Amino acid sequence: MSCWDTVQAYAFRSIGVGERLLPRSDFTLCEQVTLIGSGLIWNIYFGALALFFGFFLATAVALARNSHHRLIRKPAEWFIFLFRGSPLFIQFFLAYESFVLLPKNGIDLNLGFVTLTASTGWLTRAWAGALIVLFLNTAAYSAEIFYGALRSVPKGDIEAADAYGMTGWSKFRRVIWPTMLRLAWPAYTNEAIFLFHATTLVYFSGFPAWRQKGDALYYASYFADKTFNPFIPYPIVAGYFILLTLVVITLFGLMNRRLNRHLPQAARTRIRFKPQVLR
Amino acid sequence: MFSNCSDPSSLDGLAWFACYLTNGKHMAFYGSFGVVMVLLLITAPAALAFGFGGAMAARSPFLPLRLIGKAYSAMVRGIPDIAFFLFVPFAMDQGLEWLRHHARCPDWDAPIRQGNDFVVCAAAKLPLSSSPQWVHETYGFFMAVFAFAVVFGAFAANVLYGAMRAVPRAQMETAEAYGMSDRQAFWRILVPQMWIYALPGLSNLWMILIKATPLLFLLGVEDIVYWAKELGGAKTTIYAYPHDDWRLYYFLGLLVFYLGLTRISEALLGRLTRNLSHGQATMGGEAQRKAPA
Repeated sequence: MSCWDTVQAYAFRSIGVGERLLPRSDFTLCEQVTLIGSGLIWNIYFGALALFFGFFLATAVALARNSHHRLIRKPAEWFIFLFRGSPLFIQFFLAYESFVLLPKNGIDLNLGFVTLTASTGWLTRAWAGALIVLFLNTAAYSAEIFYGALRSVPKGDIEAADAYGMTGWSKFRRVIWPTMLRLAWPAYTNEAIFLFHATTLVYFSGFPAWRQKGDALYYASYFADKTFNPFIPYPIVAGYFILLTLVVITLFGLMNRRLNRHLPQAARTRIRFKPQVLR
Repeated sequence: MFSNCSDPSSLDGLAWFACYLTNGKHMAFYGSFGVVMVLLLITAPAALAFGFGGAMAARSPFLPLRLIGKAYSAMVRGIPDIAFFLFVPFAMDQGLEWLRHHARCPDWDAPIRQGNDFVVCAAAKLPLSSSPQWVHETYGFFMAVFAFAVVFGAFAANVLYGAMRAVPRAQMETAEAYGMSDRQAFWRILVPQMWIYALPGLSNLWMILIKATPLLFLLGVEDIVYWAKELGGAKTTIYAYPHDDWRLYYFLGLLVFYLGLTRISEALLGRLTRNLSHGQATMGGEAQRKAPA
């Protein structure tokens, strides 16, 4: 089988397209690179969606945490503490075990005039269950970052907004929110990088890889177990993730430029590495 | 443990739970919490040593050493830590066996890698197949410690490198003016002063380390996650203590354990920061000086 045939057979194996059987013997470098790259689709899927949805929840939680009302502030504080204070690994297990306990036939929702059956089986599958956990987890970490940035929005900016007669939504939308994002962006970039790294935990933490559809690290450990040689598959994973990290840094750097575009060159904040947010 | 536990099927309610929670397997489960603490206590100084070495290498005037140091501290930035946890013990194990093979069986002529097998002579096996079970377990545990130390050493190298650069330049210039050599200035001036700059990063690293301990499970160590899965799974009546699937409750217990551990660490590290800022020329130290006694 030539390398191009291998690519055609396995490039989308992780989402169930192409050859069903994984290679079992005489592993070639081409097979390893293709299959591990195919697994990367899941890492990007989990990372990108969790980051996207998490962004909105994080903004809401950060605002709630900044609220004067105890009833709004306390739940936000507990949410952040719960997800930042415990290991992601345990959160995955906990989520999986509780999704498994849900009734298999679905839950009947009685709406009075009609009974809906909400099926629950999909929650135990990685594409949904793990995504929910990652979404909540990144929302908590990002909320803490956004909250810190919200507290350091310069007083003068808010006073200026008041002087222009801005209130409520327009003040938030035009003054507070952009400044908060600008201040939080370097830390948020790090959060994004580590979220993508954390997606490799999914298939090692309870969620089964259904029909051997796994992520990059799942296939790498498959090859390492079969060939008994860790020196080829793991460096391939490392290479893919270095590329992915560079892409994330580039995209977030572009956004950083846009957020800082009104500032003089010297005052712009650069993105620096701070290992704040490993789970 | 209790005398009335000899026949569990006759028990119910509170007595059943008292016996269930003190049976032999649960004692092993409680012991595995000790394994986690031991891992933390061994890994933290080991990682600090790795990090210190990495930061020193990254500052070295010798180019190849500097590149190695920089690459070491940069690698955790691009590569997921879990990949290291899977790779390092595997690679270390084969590396050590390869070295021992060449040292102990020099006249062995078959290749070590035969297709998908890694074959070394019996005397080179680590641990030896004749050694007792606890040697295998200890070996596995220390492989895990090594993997943790490599990964967290890289994080610590980042933190310490930044802290070394944060010590005011004037301090080093003063040391040079006093005629200290580079080595003297490093050990007597830079190292004692860098800790306060490193502390926020290191305390953050400690929290990360705590939250990474369940990954021991991936390395095949019988840790708390292993026991929670084992004990929580549904037990049929052929077991002494039959019950349904209780894994959810066991994992809830682990969650509470970790939340408590991070909470306590947070409080202790806050106190340490206060003590270390005492008398320092930083904002924290200045605030302490101005505060009414």
